[in-house]
Amino acid sequence: MSGGVRGGMLFVDGIAFWAPTLPGWPAARAAFRGEAAPLATPVKRPAPDILAPAERRRAPDTVALALEVAAAAVRDSGLDAATLPSVFTSAHGDLAVNDYMCSTLANEPTSISPTKFHNSVHNAAAGYWTMATGCHEASTALSAFDASFGAGLLEAATQCQADARAVLLVGVDVEAAGALASVTASTGLLACALVLSPRASERTVATFHWSLVGGKSGPTPIRSAAARSLAGNAMAGALPLFEAIAVAEPGQEAGAVALALAPSLSLVLVAKASAPVASTTAPALAS
Amino acid sequence: MPAPIVPLRIAAYTVTSAAGVGKAPLRAALSESRSALTANDFGPAPLPTWIGRVAGLESAALPKPLAAWDCRNNRLAWLGLNGDAFIDAVHAARERHGAARVAVVLGTSTSSIGATEDAYRHLDADGAFPADNRNPSVHTPHSLASFVQEALDLAGPSVTVSTACSSSAKVFATAERMIRLGLVDAAVVGGVDTLCGSVLFGFNALQLVSSEPCRPFDAERSGISIGEAAGFALLERADDARRRVPAVAPARHGGGGRPTAGRPAGLYLLGYGESSDAHHMSTPHPDGLGAERALDDALARAGIDAGAVDHINLHGTASAKNDEVEAALVARRFPATTHASSTKGVTGHTLGAAGIVEAAASLLAIEHGLRPGTVNTRVLDPACGPQVRIEAANAPVHVALSNSFGFGGNNCVLVFGDASAGGSR
Repeated sequence: MSGGVRGGMLFVDGIAFWAPTLPGWPAARAAFRGEAAPLATPVKRPAPDILAPAERRRAPDTVALALEVAAAAVRDSGLDAATLPSVFTSAHGDLAVNDYMCSTLANEPTSISPTKFHNSVHNAAAGYWTMATGCHEASTALSAFDASFGAGLLEAATQCQADARAVLLVGVDVEAAGALASVTASTGLLACALVLSPRASERTVATFHWSLVGGKSGPTPIRSAAARSLAGNAMAGALPLFEAIAVAEPGQEAGAVALALAPSLSLVLVAKASAPVASTTAPALAS
Repeated sequence: MPAPIVPLRIAAYTVTSAAGVGKAPLRAALSESRSALTANDFGPAPLPTWIGRVAGLESAALPKPLAAWDCRNNRLAWLGLNGDAFIDAVHAARERHGAARVAVVLGTSTSSIGATEDAYRHLDADGAFPADNRNPSVHTPHSLASFVQEALDLAGPSVTVSTACSSSAKVFATAERMIRLGLVDAAVVGGVDTLCGSVLFGFNALQLVSSEPCRPFDAERSGISIGEAAGFALLERADDARRRVPAVAPARHGGGGRPTAGRPAGLYLLGYGESSDAHHMSTPHPDGLGAERALDDALARAGIDAGAVDHINLHGTASAKNDEVEAALVARRFPATTHASSTKGVTGHTLGAAGIVEAAASLLAIEHGLRPGTVNTRVLDPACGPQVRIEAANAPVHVALSNSFGFGGNNCVLVFGDASAGGSR
């Protein structure tokens, strides 16, 4: 198959983005288009209003960020959060909670906080999201190191395609804390979310063909200075796709975006109206 | 309700737990209703509890080419992959389909966090990780699936699912969707979790750890016993298997006369259901709302009614709340003939590996007509219906369910069956 292993079509019906210098998709979109600069003074982490006030203060950064972008993307889609299965992806989970757990275990293990412990699970944000929205649909929490955004998008696109349902995708990583910073490369805060739909609607902001493509050509590089300023975060793998959506013009053909999935496998998204072109991507997989 | 799926063949599976390496020791322990739990001797200051510890991991170094991945969790993964010649089955699948056409989808709750905990106990003078424990690929959740993908020399999608105690059940769902869409032709699913301070002291902080060997569904149960385990299954399309299996052999236990659903003899994933409680981070929904929803979806995907279920491997952690809610769900939804039990008294609660360990126990039940009992339990909680059994029994199992419920209200129910079971698609 010349374009790799064909996945299908996906329609982006909701989009959200948050970083301390680009707090929200409108700001990020403008910066990725070169129409505005990121904030000179970073803002504090978001306080998502779908959490109760006490939870808003106590929530780990990963949870606050995830719920902020999840709520914004779902709002953007016009869909009911309670009806959406969700895929949460993060390379490392909450590094501050992990730092707390490991420091406490090294020093005074019996003093571990029960709340910090249950917040240390990788699916903490998924749990808080489903509680905050009364959502009983499936939710999952994934990790794939540098390929975490690609892996999350693959899972969300697969669910969307296989079961013909809209799916919420949320990607979050935070700054490495404490001694973990000596091995784990992640700086700053970065969160993004998409609502993927199996069919076009009046809310659709982008439409892609997606496929799996083998070879070691690597992911699409970041193109803007604004995105490059966030490249140290472990969720930076999401940036090329959000840049592509930001710069897309109605009716104009966009290039392919390749996201890493594994050392020699990419998830390739080609904007609708342009056929999958092998020359822009890696060698095709035999299938 | 979701539409029925085309059953996927379990081409191979293996499990390594406190009972031993490979399927045979677990089968023996289940058959003899023998607990593999031992008094906790893990770590520098062991809590007074019981654990399901895999023997010999301390000396089971990884082969040289994989040595950079060394940590307890990846050692257990490697030990597990070598059980029941599972690696050979994967290599054969790689030859059949191509390395890029085989996915690796593995579940874990804490992955290699034990190595991170070790590093924090041995920080260098600058407060950094010690020089011999600095591989960034180990100190992250995806350590598990990326290690296994490299160890198996595969090149397809590779992802680690980490939804606490439902992790290695949900991998079956993710893999089924990938195979259904034709993204891959086969998937290595499963999971690994190892003993570590985080879970022993964390569950202790939640007052969920028992000071005695866990007694699931016992009226006087007092909490969980934590275990470690590795398990794997190789999923393929049934028609791929048909090309290789020359004839339909009769099932081993009484299934010979049953009409098949048009599939070759063997073991199948018939369905799965996933849901969220939307209730509490560490306590199940009091009415089992999420669990029941996962059950309904699993039965719908399998195209069967609750009455067709011969055996249920319950989540049955021996925590007060889980067992109360799960017992009520089983009592109201299944006939008295369904044999339900928890195997956590044998292996301990292996957390992120519980899904695959209990999937393996369910597959053993089908393969050998072995309905395990609920080991360590003396007097059943009055909330239990006639389905929950203390004693093991030998009787055919055509359809087995496995329940896995995790923190964050994350639920997954799996349905397995023989060739006679489920939809006839």
